[in-house]
Amino acid sequence: MANMNMIQALNSAMDIMLGKDQSVVLMGEDIGYFGGVFRATEGLQRKYGEHRVLDTPIAEGGIVATAIGMGVNGLRPVAEIQFADYIYPGFDQIVSELARIRYRSAGAFFAPVTIRTPCGGGIRGGQTHSQSPEGIFTHVSGIKVIMPSNPHDAKGLLITAIEDDDPVVFFEPKRLYNGPFDGDPNKPAVPWSTHPKGQVNEGYYSIPLGKAEIVRGGAQVTVVTYGTMVFVALAAAAALGLDAEVIDLRSLVPLDVDTICTSVRKTGRCVVAHEATRFSGFGAEILSVVQEECFWDLEAPIQRVAGWDTPYPHAFEWEYFPGQARVKTALQAVMEGA
Amino acid sequence: MKKQSRLHLPHPPARPGEAPDFSYVHLSPAGAVRRPDVNARARDLGFLATELVRVLDDSGTAVGPWHPHLDPTELQFGLRHMLLTRIFDDRMQRTQRAGKISFYIRSLGEEAVSVAQCMALRPGDMLFPSYRNQGLQIARGIALVDLMNQLLSNTHDMCKGRQLPVMYHSKAGNIFSISGNLATQFPQAVGWAMAAAIKGEDHLAASWIGEGSSAEADFHHALLFAAVYQAPVILNVVNNQWAISTFQGYAGGEQRSFAARGPGYGIAGIRVDGNDFLAVYAVTQWAAERARTGAGPTLIELVTYRAAAHSTSDDPARYRAKDDQEHWPLGDPIRRLKQHLVTLSEWSEERHESLSKELEALVAASWKEAVTFGTMTEGPRLDADLMFEDVFKDMPQSLERQRAAMRAERG
Repeated sequence: MANMNMIQALNSAMDIMLGKDQSVVLMGEDIGYFGGVFRATEGLQRKYGEHRVLDTPIAEGGIVATAIGMGVNGLRPVAEIQFADYIYPGFDQIVSELARIRYRSAGAFFAPVTIRTPCGGGIRGGQTHSQSPEGIFTHVSGIKVIMPSNPHDAKGLLITAIEDDDPVVFFEPKRLYNGPFDGDPNKPAVPWSTHPKGQVNEGYYSIPLGKAEIVRGGAQVTVVTYGTMVFVALAAAAALGLDAEVIDLRSLVPLDVDTICTSVRKTGRCVVAHEATRFSGFGAEILSVVQEECFWDLEAPIQRVAGWDTPYPHAFEWEYFPGQARVKTALQAVMEGA
Repeated sequence: MKKQSRLHLPHPPARPGEAPDFSYVHLSPAGAVRRPDVNARARDLGFLATELVRVLDDSGTAVGPWHPHLDPTELQFGLRHMLLTRIFDDRMQRTQRAGKISFYIRSLGEEAVSVAQCMALRPGDMLFPSYRNQGLQIARGIALVDLMNQLLSNTHDMCKGRQLPVMYHSKAGNIFSISGNLATQFPQAVGWAMAAAIKGEDHLAASWIGEGSSAEADFHHALLFAAVYQAPVILNVVNNQWAISTFQGYAGGEQRSFAARGPGYGIAGIRVDGNDFLAVYAVTQWAAERARTGAGPTLIELVTYRAAAHSTSDDPARYRAKDDQEHWPLGDPIRRLKQHLVTLSEWSEERHESLSKELEALVAASWKEAVTFGTMTEGPRLDADLMFEDVFKDMPQSLERQRAAMRAERG
């Protein structure tokens, strides 16, 4: 075991897969010689060569399209889109092509492409370096959508994503790269070295896609969340002295409906939280599932916590971010009358 | 006179009721264009993007440095497969009109593009076609009945009923699945070729796009990535002058040739008479040798004419001059290769007629077989359960539930 932040854990996952499988190639803007703007691929080109860790032109559509072609030709490309905010030029290739090649060719062709992309705010990124577009991708049939919240999960899930024969869009909440952030930007940053999830096995291991993790067991209320909001939710529940069960989904597609519903049936109360905008957000899907599956067990209307339905504003980042205050309000609402 | 900015709006030379006029098409005489060494640098090949490589002259004689010197049997193979493509198209068009299939796209007048190019490539080379490249399927030997099964979405449909007619694929034939979205295959082919180079394999990729869809960003991504990585790929722009009703001027063809996009990216760009079987073959062979010897990608503009409607849903009489294909200066590819073979005393009217009859019978027999596997309205039908398969490699629980719900719905 070693102390790793999320960047180091992701780097370790790619290092292991490049070493284990000759068909794995990395590609993306600034990822080769330089090692990536967030350093996720640092040292990998030096170790595995320029043919396996490719710097690319600044053309996300071209990156995704050529990754598809490589995948069809037997490689296992891991493409980095430098910020999730930049993924849209590649959107058509992801939605219309990558997601459907297996389907439209009835299994004759497929492209096992993993797209890694840093998402979320809290780093003073303004409206073009802070978005959480995962919900847009969960609406597309044929791609898996993953978002880890800590180094241990990031590594195990990325290894599984790379080995998976289906396309995976792998969102990395960049505010969590260096430590478990509880939503309070004024507190000193907490590094991963102080957190058990920052203890990472240096070797190969994988975590199945589609399995949520109960990060805190509890009896009074279920909080269903993922990504940046996991530690915010834990902190908010603790601040209110609630015995909350906090579920980190980790995988949005496939979705672990059983873990969610088992918990809600037990607690009878549910808050859904994500950083992405609220309207038509992924939270609406979870809310709908809980309502359909657990209606007769619910003691109170399900609450939803999300970013406001505006672009992510540079100067008002912390008024925008769904921090502890917003989670507490939702928890109090769902606990009313308890 | 006061000078001021102006908005230029491209117009085709002739609309309905006007006389066809193809004076805008720059032609070089047959045999006139120099054939550079296959390892020449792209920067020295600018002339190839503006001239027009032609081998067959007006008398049907092969002339000049691009003459590929094919055996008569190869020429006859080409003629046979172009003719088969046309007869197949004609029959499928009538089948659509009779309501037996929902949609069809003919390649009338463009048969040399697919057939000659396919013949100039090796079976291991991967093809990323557009929707008007049925000649590739036919020249690669895909059985007509397999193509028909796809058109019918029947129980033997290679796509299991998931794709619009003509969106074929062949894993064994190394022909990639046709998307139906335009231009997306172009940069995918580049990625495939990059992977071949990474793996140190000798195969190349080739892709086809219409001049109209060369306007898409994917076209530019393809050229850029092909240039940057010097990928072993042949990128073909089939300039058939029309994108449904949109004249090629709206894809930027008025200002420069489509082949000239190549030199802009540092790629060899070459303009060829797309209705000249020998020229198309020779140019493709040249590009393939470049790709296989590390000299990089080639952009080929095949100058041709869409002699038929865009698809069975289209009526060109509403936007272009009637019978304009009769005035197309590069003629008809089948007629021209036939004339050449006759000139060589390797073909005759009698043989042509007998071949036509043979191929018509083949198409008819294939259709008879295909319909036994079901049509849209009669006979066996694919199991609707299949719609839930292949979304993912393994069916997730969520789709299993939806499949069960659909079964319950159907009673």
